[in-house]
Amino acid sequence: MSTYTDIHGQRASGRIADAQPDRTTMRLLVIEDDRDAADYLIKAFREVGHVADQANDGEEGYALALDGQYDVLIVDRMLPKRDGLSLIGALRDKKIETPVLILSALGQVDDRVKGLRAGGDDYLSKPYSFSELLARVEVLARRRGGRNEETVYHVGDLELDRLSHQVTRGKEEISLQPREFRLLEYLMKHAGQVVTRTMLLENVWDYHFDPQTNVIDVHISRLRSKIDKGFSQPLLHTVRGAGYMIRDGAR
Amino acid sequence: MTALGKLFRTTTFKLTLVYLVVFALFAAFLLVYFALNTRRLITEQITDTVNAEITGLSEQYRIGGIRRLVLVIDARARRPGSSLYLVTTFAGESLAGNVGSLAPGILDNPGWSESAYRRLDETDGPVHHALVRVFQLPGGFRLLVGRDLEERERLYHIVLSAGRWSVAIVVILGLVGGFFVTRRVLRRVDAMTETTRTIMSGNLEERLPVAGTGDEIDRLAENLNLMLERIEALMHGLKEVSDNIAHDLKTPLTRLRNRAEEALRTAKNEAEYRAVLEGMIDESDNLISTFNALLMIARAESGHARDDMKEFDAAEIARDVGELYEPLAEEKGIALKVEAGVSAPVKGNRELVSQALANLVDNAIKYAGPEQKQVNGQMPNIVVKALSDGDRILLTVADAGPGIPEGDRSHVVERFVRLEQSRSLPGSGLGLSLVSAVARLHGGELTLEDNKPGLKSTIVLPRAGPQPVLAGS
Repeated sequence: MSTYTDIHGQRASGRIADAQPDRTTMRLLVIEDDRDAADYLIKAFREVGHVADQANDGEEGYALALDGQYDVLIVDRMLPKRDGLSLIGALRDKKIETPVLILSALGQVDDRVKGLRAGGDDYLSKPYSFSELLARVEVLARRRGGRNEETVYHVGDLELDRLSHQVTRGKEEISLQPREFRLLEYLMKHAGQVVTRTMLLENVWDYHFDPQTNVIDVHISRLRSKIDKGFSQPLLHTVRGAGYMIRDGAR
Repeated sequence: MTALGKLFRTTTFKLTLVYLVVFALFAAFLLVYFALNTRRLITEQITDTVNAEITGLSEQYRIGGIRRLVLVIDARARRPGSSLYLVTTFAGESLAGNVGSLAPGILDNPGWSESAYRRLDETDGPVHHALVRVFQLPGGFRLLVGRDLEERERLYHIVLSAGRWSVAIVVILGLVGGFFVTRRVLRRVDAMTETTRTIMSGNLEERLPVAGTGDEIDRLAENLNLMLERIEALMHGLKEVSDNIAHDLKTPLTRLRNRAEEALRTAKNEAEYRAVLEGMIDESDNLISTFNALLMIARAESGHARDDMKEFDAAEIARDVGELYEPLAEEKGIALKVEAGVSAPVKGNRELVSQALANLVDNAIKYAGPEQKQVNGQMPNIVVKALSDGDRILLTVADAGPGIPEGDRSHVVERFVRLEQSRSLPGSGLGLSLVSAVARLHGGELTLEDNKPGLKSTIVLPRAGPQPVLAGS
């Protein structure tokens, strides 16, 4: 069922097999005029246990999205009848605050900015990998539930205080560099969810480009050595082919 | 449109006409002014002599009475010339002089007047005009002295007709001159138009003719030629890029296809299929990132990204990028140091400059790796610096790796160029092209120097905002 476990997952230790995200069923709406692409997405979402509907053009998508029963809308920017950005704007005018992920072939920085300014919540440029899309959609859906208000994050015996910037595991205090703190904060905010390398780069470093070498992995392994080393229960997991996830494996 | 019609419509010809009218008016004004002044001058001269003569003659009258005056007048009247004399009694009877008849009533008004007259010796023929002064002598006699005005009028008319002629000549010469100048300009413009047509039809090597006179048309032609050179270079670059794209994107695409084919032919179980498919995903990801890099370069080069330029601190970028890469460098056994204490304000696209610097650091880590340790026996260093140098901001990345031979330095900036020794390492050959494009987008440049040993790459950017204050602040 999962898109995340794969041949590497089997080859690797049990730790990765543990690393399944907490997944509750979401209702999604894919507004995309390319039928093949839409079918592919809907099938893939169903495989991981979500319910996805499809709209072929902007008007249909707008009509379906109006009653606000979806958890996340996935909107292509260029649509027949009504383009993606104006659709989002119209929804926001009607106080429909369903999170929107914009899909677009235009991937440059200012296109992103335009998309986000129009009321989109996240932006993914084509071509993308499904695992990247899935991770982002799940984070968006969860954001609606809201973990922002919490000032202390807990995962297992790991605790992060967002106000005092203190991190402890068990009785032990862990000292982190500022960036490591933000990295852990982001991971813990989305505990139980997969976060991709690009999401980390965007949200922790505020970079929207693709570094030639995978620098994020090294930062993660540094963080891992600080929070997991010497503990029997690892918390920071690698999800092969997708990214990383922090969760209490014992749960 | 006829050739003549075309000529009349040119700017040069219209300009000629305007100047012609202005000059003709000016010449006419000048000559009329001259004519009027000459006339006035002659009139003044006449009045002066007449006045002097009247003074002289009244003196004669005072000394010798009317008899003496009549004698003197008689003598003077007989002399040839344009002078007029007349002495009359109170009743108007002529005593002496050379005036036959006058306009009626002249003698009754002492002072100056202009009058038609005839001389004594002519009874018919044309009537002359003269400027006369009538003077009342004591004893009731009247003295009239005058000068014929024919000379004055002739001179006046000579000047006036000279004026008419010169205006006519100015107009004719102006028209002819304008015609030739215009034709010459028109010919050059026509030649340029002709060349432009050839260029438009695709012959980009053609250049506009330059006459070598250094005038404005030459300057225009020279500038247009420079522009054509730039366009030709760009077109050439574009062609090169499309060739490169054909090669560098087709090669991985072919590999991709081959892999799929091979898997279909030889794979026996699911695991083998999976392995091939995963390899293909990696390959596609590489292709996508190559594409993204190409698009980004194209965008930076078109100057499009100039729209959202903001001021930011390049030192902060140096620190951020250094921080991003430091763990990676350490893992590879390289010490990465950042020296960026002072603020270095730059106006631009933060994202692009970050990526450019990241590319340089990435390169340094890739090429100045741990195998360099043996060379000088110490841990290889990479130093990332942000400096403020006058009105420039320098972002440098210095390594102690193998460097780039001097001859290759300008070459490596081109798209898809990879030096022989780097072909085994992963990379698209677009990294430095992007850095260079980003630097140029910001009005700066990328320089590559020898770090002795190693490579020192510098992104030179114009400094934003006011100059730094040396003391204080």
